[in-house]
This record gives sequence, structure tokens and C-alpha cells, in this order.
Amino acid sequence: MHDLATVVDLSRWQFAATALYHFLFVPLTLGLSFLLAAMETVYVTTGRQIYKDMARFWGKLFAINFALGVATGLTMEFEFGTNWSQYSRFVGDVFGAPLAIEGLMAFFLESTFVGLMLFGWNRMSRGKHLIVTYMVALGSNLSALWILIANGFMQAPHGAAFDPVTKRMQLTSFTDLIFNHDAQAKFVHTSIAGYVTAAIFVTGISGWYMLKGRHMEIAKRSFRMAALFGVFATIGVISLGDALGFIDGQAQPEKLVAMEALWKTEKPPVGFNLIAIPDQKEQRNLYTVQVPKVLTPLVTRTFDTVIPGADQLEREAVQRMKNGIPAVEALRTLSKDPKDAAAMARFKAHEKDMGYALLLQRYAPDLTKATPADFQKAAKDVIPNVPIIFWSFRIMVAAGFAMLIYLIVATVCSLNNRVQDRRWLLKLAPWFIPVPFIACEVGWLVAELGRQPWTVYNILPTWISASTHTVGYMIFSLTGFILIYTAFIVVEMYLMLKFIRQGPEPHPPGGADTAGPALAGTSH
Amino acid sequence: MELYAILKIVWWLLLGVLLVGLAVMVGMDMGIGAALRYFGRTDGERRAVLNMIGPHWDGNQVWFILGGGAVFAAWPTIYATAFSGLYVVMLLLLWSMIIRPLGFEYRSKMPSATWRGVWDWGLFVSGAVPMVIFGAAMGNMLQGVPFHFNWNMESWYTGSFLGLLNPFAILCGLMALALALYQGAAMVMNRGEGGVWERARRLGIWSGGIALALFTIGGFWVSRLAGYAITSGADPAGPAMPLHKTVVMVQGGWLHNFTAHPVLWLLPALTYGAVLLGMAMLRSGRSHAGWWLGALGWIGTIGTVGAAMFPFMMPSSTNPSQSLTVWDASSSRMTLMWMLGWTVVFVPIVVTYTSWAFWVMRGKVTPEHVENDDHAY
Repeated sequence: MHDLATVVDLSRWQFAATALYHFLFVPLTLGLSFLLAAMETVYVTTGRQIYKDMARFWGKLFAINFALGVATGLTMEFEFGTNWSQYSRFVGDVFGAPLAIEGLMAFFLESTFVGLMLFGWNRMSRGKHLIVTYMVALGSNLSALWILIANGFMQAPHGAAFDPVTKRMQLTSFTDLIFNHDAQAKFVHTSIAGYVTAAIFVTGISGWYMLKGRHMEIAKRSFRMAALFGVFATIGVISLGDALGFIDGQAQPEKLVAMEALWKTEKPPVGFNLIAIPDQKEQRNLYTVQVPKVLTPLVTRTFDTVIPGADQLEREAVQRMKNGIPAVEALRTLSKDPKDAAAMARFKAHEKDMGYALLLQRYAPDLTKATPADFQKAAKDVIPNVPIIFWSFRIMVAAGFAMLIYLIVATVCSLNNRVQDRRWLLKLAPWFIPVPFIACEVGWLVAELGRQPWTVYNILPTWISASTHTVGYMIFSLTGFILIYTAFIVVEMYLMLKFIRQGPEPHPPGGADTAGPALAGTSH
Repeated sequence: MELYAILKIVWWLLLGVLLVGLAVMVGMDMGIGAALRYFGRTDGERRAVLNMIGPHWDGNQVWFILGGGAVFAAWPTIYATAFSGLYVVMLLLLWSMIIRPLGFEYRSKMPSATWRGVWDWGLFVSGAVPMVIFGAAMGNMLQGVPFHFNWNMESWYTGSFLGLLNPFAILCGLMALALALYQGAAMVMNRGEGGVWERARRLGIWSGGIALALFTIGGFWVSRLAGYAITSGADPAGPAMPLHKTVVMVQGGWLHNFTAHPVLWLLPALTYGAVLLGMAMLRSGRSHAGWWLGALGWIGTIGTVGAAMFPFMMPSSTNPSQSLTVWDASSSRMTLMWMLGWTVVFVPIVVTYTSWAFWVMRGKVTPEHVENDDHAY
């Protein structure tokens, strides 16, 4: 059965679920790799064994997390092709390039050196091992850069144009593709969010050790390094988040509408909805707590710029649909006769709104017969899911500020060397561990659900991006993912908790630091 | 010849390089995973075997990831059509593959024999199944896949899941598995001792022989398969649009390139020569030479398939004229150019540090040493 709407919905659920799942492990890898490098740097520069014990202990937890990050990353690589094949064919010329470069430049680096980092302690000099650890951190962060450059193209497509002959987007400027503002800001925002995640993770576990009076020396030092690292990172995340809001406000006004629940265009400066209960059907807020006049300067950096509301964006969308219809019609003519100059001219004149006509085609397969009701339905689609995005955004921001306060307090106590006496802080620390993970997940929702109804913003609608599978295929794959991923997370959490409970071993069996190579080598 | 046409050929060759990289490096790890329970009789031996590739499997796996990424970037139509068309098979490949990272990392983290036994079987599945599917995918490409496009390039796969696991495809899959076992066995001999070494030697010789037998049967089978030939409308330097040509199916058509250019027979000859010599090397204990000869065997095998099919990459059995070829399934000239630049710069760097990593971790791995290492798998 080829029920397109159901298949697209199921494909979206599957992609969101697998991406969110993958994104549980990535931030910790991004941040913990740098913390490991920092600990090892102290070890190499001061020669104090305890910092090596720290690096090795956190390295063990890093490895447990890393394995699942790698495994679930494979899924992402497959899924564009398996489930979003129309999308992949349409943008592969552009989108595939950063993904391939990611493998070539970043993932190879990260994956080759992670083996040496974990297994090579006694196989090379301290200095060389330190470089290896930095290569892992560099590789994982470069990886995020290229992935987010690819994602940036979905959010704000630059550096490509639609080709009417091959019927796909083709690269026009590689530099425009990689120096996309949205991608750059989001890379910094996302990777630093990973640093915050790692900082909170390490302070949480270290705090718990101190509370139990275990591994005090390692815990105190880990706590201090992570808290300090975390304060700077959180400030970075918040300021970059603000920059990203500014960029998105201009590049994707529909996302801003959803983040702020702005149904009507109002005279500036407009107020900021601190709390709201948005009703998507009625297009109004059932209840709001508003801070007057604050939103306009926050988002536009001026007091008199009009922020378009949902009403205005929908009106504009109808206009763009009308303007885009001739482009789709011309494309059909061109596919029969690629040399038809009149059709080509008509296509060129209407090209920029073709995506909107494709959006309309969901309700009016024959665009020439589109009724006003069809236009209205398609226009409503332009506004993404307001309640989810509105609240996801608020949870993310609240989490950000809560973590900032916590990390500042933690740093101050730690630098005063009083942290082990502040039992309330030590009790609080483990409870903070889920916070950055939640913030990362809802942040993904804001960014990607806020991009709907497009896979490539304003160019390719989601409803024509999926593969032409049957519902049965989708149920098969969803079931498989649910079973496998559930089993994986259970095993991962179990091992993680086991090794956290077990704690660091100051002197690894066999005295790996002073004794000979742990694995047989030519030195034997 | 025009630059665009040259770029397409260069990227077709690079795809071959990536497939060989994948087959040799990932195949080796999968061969070891699949035969782990045979190589190692005791838990200590099994851990030793796992740790031979412990520091490397992750880096090796990137050949697979890069293969996927490069097909996406350079051959987007193939990436989209093959991955979605072969949906169920691709999922089985994925699901079996993602057990592997956990198998390596988690297996020895618990002392329980049941726990370790389960992961050992997990590693068997995640070694054997992907290799069989990898080979079967190649086999399906040789036979053609039932798919077609609409006017707007929307692709539709019209075959069944079981159709992809037909006898010829299974044969190709088993051949891939046999070569992977050979490669893994050579590696275990390089780094192993005693009983492990002896069993690896036996398995390596056997699987090399089986691979050659399957290669021979496959060769005769291919000569009777319907090949594909372009009759008109293909423009090597033209835009990547697969709907404007005509293609016919010809019995035995895959031998056409060999008849036209007899020098291509060197490719299957390379497979025979390299694997036979490699088996002799394993027999006499010179496993390093045997490993490299196995890699040459892969070059011969993948080269043979590529030479037979050129310029076809993914023929359509239900609408041959819409088959995907080197001339009409690639990226744009600009993308191919940029990607070539990145490849030329980074592949040598990758090969350099990968070699360094193997050199750093060189030497024998025994159960005793694994016992004494805190970080070992």
C-alpha cells in the first residue's frame, strides 16, 4: 500500500527518533574529548600521575559512550538514502559533499586516533599520546562542523541552484556553501553545547563521589576542571544561541513565529511571550504572560522593525504559491522538450517560488485546478508546530541559564576549595546530569521541527522528500529500530552506571604506567 | 575528451578505490568477527583475537562510512536509488553492522560467560551478514534491479525483498564472505600465536580456495546473464540525467568489454594469481605477504565487476533505458571537481596516519597480555 502521507509521517518519526537518539551520545563525545585532552595536558606538563588516572577513568566512560555514538551515526548515514531518497537525489550534489568531507577529514581522524588513545598509552611517548588525544577531540569537533554545514544548507540554502535539466539542486559556489552564517553559528552553538554537557556530566559524577567520600583527589580535581570549563562553555552557548536567534529571525521568520508564538503582525516594538498556551488551529494564544516591548529589540536589534506574524507569512505564502505555479508547469514542458526556450524563460522568471508551488501540490495535484481552499490549507502548512517549538525553546533557554548559575556556584566553591563541604551542591550535582541532555534534545526540535514544512527551506517540501515505500516497510523498519535501540540503551546505561559505581582505579592492574607494555610489542 | 567526462571516469575509478578500501579493511575486521569463535577456543584467546584489531576496527569502519558519503556526494542518484530500492536488505546490513561497535566495546566489560557468548554471536552476525549483503548487492547490480523513474525523477522500486536474495546474489555474497575470512585470517596470523595462529592458517587457506571456486562459478554464470548495452542517447559530457537514452539487454553482454579490450582479462587473472599465491604464503607462514595478496585479490574481483559493467553502475531490469550509468548518475562538474580536490589532499594523509597507527600497535597479541591491560577489549 503506497499511502504517501502515512509513509512520510512514519519516515519523519523514524528520522527524528533515530537522530534524537544519536544526539544523546554526540554532545558528550564532543565535550569529553576536550576535557580528556585538558586532563592529559596537565599530566604531561606537570608529570603528576593523578591526572593520568583521571584521563584514563573518564576515557573509559568516553569509550562506552563513543561506541553507541558511532553505531547510531551509521544509521544517520544510511537513512538519507533509505528513507529520504527523493531528498537525497534532489540535493545530493550539494548536501553529499560536506558529508563526504566529514568522513575524509574528520571521522577518519577521530576514529583512527581513538583506538590509539585507548590502547596506545604504553606504546608511545607522553607527548605523542597527548597529540593523539587532541586529534580525537579535533576530529570529533570537525565532524560536527561538516555535519552542521550540511544541515545549514537545509536551513538556509546558499551556494546552489536548481537545474531544470537534471531536476535537482546543483552546486554554484562551494565557499557560499561552507561559509553559510546559519551553519557557522550553529556549529559553535552545538559543539559548545557538547562542552557544557560534558562539564555537567563530569561535575555530576565527581560530586557524587565527593558526597560518598570516595576517590576524593580525583573527584575534586575533575570537578574543578569541568566546572571552570563549563562556565565558559555555557556563556558561549547562550551568546551563540542569541546570535542564532538573530540569524534565524531574518532567515526563517516562520521558525521565529513558532518560537515566540506570534500569530498576528503587530506594531513594533512587540512584547515577549514569557509563557503562552498557543492554539495552532485557532491561531491564537489561549493564555499569555508577556513582557512588553522586549521581543523586537531582542530579535531585530532595533525598536522599529516589524516582525511578521503568522497571518502575514501565510498571506505571503499564497502569493508565492501563485507565482511558483508557472515554474512547475514550465518544468513539465521542459522535460518533454529540453530545448523549449519559451518554457525555459518562464521557468527562470518563476523559479524562486517553485518550492511554494510544490507545497501547494500536496492539496492540488493538478496545480491549474487549485482552489482557494487548497491555497489556504497549504498556507497553514507554512507555520511549523507552534506549541512544541514554543515550549522546547523555553525549556532549552531555561536549562541554559540554570546550568550557568549552577556552574558558576560550582566553580566558586571549587576554587575556594570548599566544594567538598557544600553537601547541598554535591547532592544537586548528579541531578543536573540530565539537564544538558534535555537541552540538546529540545534544541534539536526547535531547529529541525522549526524547519518544517521543508526539508530544504523554501525549496523542497518535506511531503515530496521521502522514499516511495509501502506502509508495511516503514512499520518493519520502525519496529526494528525500536527493538534494537531499546536494547542498546539498556546495555549502555547498565555499563555506564557499573563503571561509574566502580570508579577510577588509581593503580591499574599490572601497574600499566610503570610496567612494560600492556599489549605485547616488539619491545618484548 | 571533455573535462566533465574525465571527472566522471575518475570518480568511477575512485569509487572502485573506496570499495576496495572498504572490502579489505572492513572485510578483514568482519572476517575476524565472523570467525571469532573458531579462531579462539577459550575466552582468553578470543579476547586476544579481538584486541588484534581492537585499536583499528573503528578507523577501518570509516572506509565504509566514507564509501557511503562519497557515493552520496559523487553519485547521488545511485545513493538515493540503491539505498531506498534495496530497503529491507540495507536495513539488515545496517542493523547487523551497528552491533559491531558495541560488540567490541562492551563484550569484555562484564565477566559473565553468557554475556560474552551473546556478544560473540553478535560479532558473528555483524561480520557475516554485512559481507554477504555487500557481495549480494554487487550481484544485484550485475543482474539489474527492478526500478524506474517518473518524469520528475521520483524513483520507484517494484521488486520484492526476496528478489534481492536470489541465487546469483547469494553466490556473490558468499564469495565476499570467503574473501573477508581470508583477509581476517591473514591478519590473525600476523598478530597471533599458537593455536590461534594454526586455526587462522587453516581457515585462510580454505576460504581462499572457496573464494576462487565461487569466483569461477560466478564468472560462468555472468557469461550467461543478460548484460546491458547503450544503443543511443548517452553523452559522456552531458548533464547527469538518466532518462534520455536507450538501452537494450544482451545475453552475455557483460563479456562485451572483455572481448573489445582483452587486456581486461588481467583483472580476473589477478584474482586467481593473487589468491593462489596468497594461499601458498599462508601455508608457508608468510602471512604478511598473504595479507597484501588478499588485498590484490579484492582489487582483481572488484575490478572485474567494474570492467564488465562499465559504463553501467545500476542497471534497471524493468526499464533498461533508465539504467544508471557513469555518464548520467554523477554529481555536477563543480561538485566532482571540488570533491576530487579534497580527496587528493586527504586520502594520502589518512593512509599515512592509518599506517602509523598500525605500526605503533604492531606485534603479537596474546591472552596473557590482554589480561594485564585495563583498557583491552
